[in-house]
Amino acid sequence: MELRQGILKKNDLLAADLRARFGAAGLLTVNLVSSPGAGKTALLERTLRELRQTGGRVAALVGDLETDNDARRLAMSGAPVRQIQTHGCCHLEAEMIGRHLEGWALDQLDYLFIENVGNLVCPASYDLGEGLRVAILSVTEGEDKPLKYPAMFNSADVAVISKTDLAAACEFDRDTALRNIREIRPGVEILETSSKSGAGFAAWFELLARRRKTAAAAG
Amino acid sequence: MHELSIVYSVVSSATEALAGRKVAKVNSVLLRVGALSGIMEDPLQFCWGLATAGTLLAGSGLVVERVPVTVRCRPCGEDMALDGVQSFRCPRCGTLSLEVLKGRELEIVSLEIEEDGDDAHSGVAPGDSEKERPAGG
Repeated sequence: MELRQGILKKNDLLAADLRARFGAAGLLTVNLVSSPGAGKTALLERTLRELRQTGGRVAALVGDLETDNDARRLAMSGAPVRQIQTHGCCHLEAEMIGRHLEGWALDQLDYLFIENVGNLVCPASYDLGEGLRVAILSVTEGEDKPLKYPAMFNSADVAVISKTDLAAACEFDRDTALRNIREIRPGVEILETSSKSGAGFAAWFELLARRRKTAAAAG
Repeated sequence: MHELSIVYSVVSSATEALAGRKVAKVNSVLLRVGALSGIMEDPLQFCWGLATAGTLLAGSGLVVERVPVTVRCRPCGEDMALDGVQSFRCPRCGTLSLEVLKGRELEIVSLEIEEDGDDAHSGVAPGDSEKERPAGG
């Protein structure tokens, strides 16, 4: 008996609905993925704060197994932030995103950031309807992370090398890291940032604005 | 590692697909799993017996067909299968390829079933996902 059906069909259908809603509302949705401790929350803290200072309309959903620590941290920026507690689930799913958007006027937003659960394996399989998937690799993790977690890095639209202020102390081999990322995801746009000093954020904001324009044109 | 939830999705989709059919026994379920899907066969097999217990799929086998990554190589003008997932270069000319054609699959291909000749007990309406044990099961 033939079935020919995607195992994650339910998630994919919900993600397609979300993508259509995001497109209709004209906002760019960014799914941030990385291992735990790579600096997703720090990147987002500065991103929300600075975008708001320049009049950007931003909101964030943040996924963790337990605690609302990250949501409280990000809410300091003044942006609307909601925590998604997965209670043991190792990734976010489209259904969780839909459920946590209730009551938010999407057409009043320019950007919606989704901080995924810190995990370089499982979130790769789950489409959240995002317009941009950003994989973060911190200089403290080692240059071969993309080779170790190819499915994740291969699914990313943008790769960010974070914590560049620590690169020297970690003897981070930048050339090797760049080569490894390109080996796994040829043509991917790569940014290098320090959430502490703000280095690389001008390029990050330029990229977000550009991708938002592209998404709006497509939507 | 979310193989258990993947297996539960398979069981739920397969059970839905079987609703309304007179199934005596499900012999096996065939999955197609790409090298880039992030899903490994061993944990799927490990979960299978547990996840299928008490369902129409109880006692069935799980067959996993692994799909290697295939990229399109523009210079060679051909689709090339890759040995692993560590490099997206054409194995012949060494050019990096942006186009991944295969390797992300995560799908249920088919079910091998034995239909039940006995009409007496099969009252499941199409679309009804309620689990029903085969007679004598």
